[in-house]
Amino acid sequence: MASPRVTIQTADFDLSAEVAALRADDPGVGAVVTFTGTVRDRSDGPALHWMELEHYPGMTERAIEAMIDTARQRFDIRAARVIHRVGRLLPLDQIVLVAVTSRHRGEAFKACEFLMDYLKTQAPFWKKESSSEGAQWVDARTSDDAALQRWGIASGNQVS
Amino acid sequence: MKIQVRYFASLREALGSSEAIEVPAKITVDGLRELLWSRSEAHANALARGRAVRAAVNQGMSDGAVELSEGCEVAFFPPVTGG
Repeated sequence: MASPRVTIQTADFDLSAEVAALRADDPGVGAVVTFTGTVRDRSDGPALHWMELEHYPGMTERAIEAMIDTARQRFDIRAARVIHRVGRLLPLDQIVLVAVTSRHRGEAFKACEFLMDYLKTQAPFWKKESSSEGAQWVDARTSDDAALQRWGIASGNQVS
Repeated sequence: MKIQVRYFASLREALGSSEAIEVPAKITVDGLRELLWSRSEAHANALARGRAVRAAVNQGMSDGAVELSEGCEVAFFPPVTGG
């Protein structure tokens, strides 16, 4: 059975196992590009104690599925896999995995970055960060919106 | 008609995660938002005009002019912060 394309979970993930599953039985694959996002202890301001990620069960998965469909139309890729963790995460924890396979590396690199830019802006996730100054919800970031615009996609976050 | 309203992130903390409510037929997302103001001071504050609130209808992003239908699920939340 093929592994699902999108999983939202509290548990950690195993990059090697996911890559092995993604390219299993497909000798047409010549390139695998993966991106792993991890929790940073923050480069500016007080050190992060933890972050909490919330999603909209059902909607979040559907939104990411739709973006993988778009990536498959735009790029010549074989398969894609997205795992996103939710719940409370600590510095050093893995948060997100995007893995893409293709015949040649160029398309996989592009598709992986495209999916990541999407995840950082459009995917229904909300992030709360806690430090010595207390816990607060993170505001939407316009720099990530700009990253998405490179692909010709307007952010749904922009105030209309 | 009856609909289900859900909240996420800071709105969930202020208003709870969901509530079933009775609304007039043909109400829009914006109309619902205004109607919710009368439910409590917390609603009036969290959903006030000018606050950055986004909406989804039946789990798809929606603008304020969309008309609701019987049994639909409407969600209100702050702009997404992404993964």
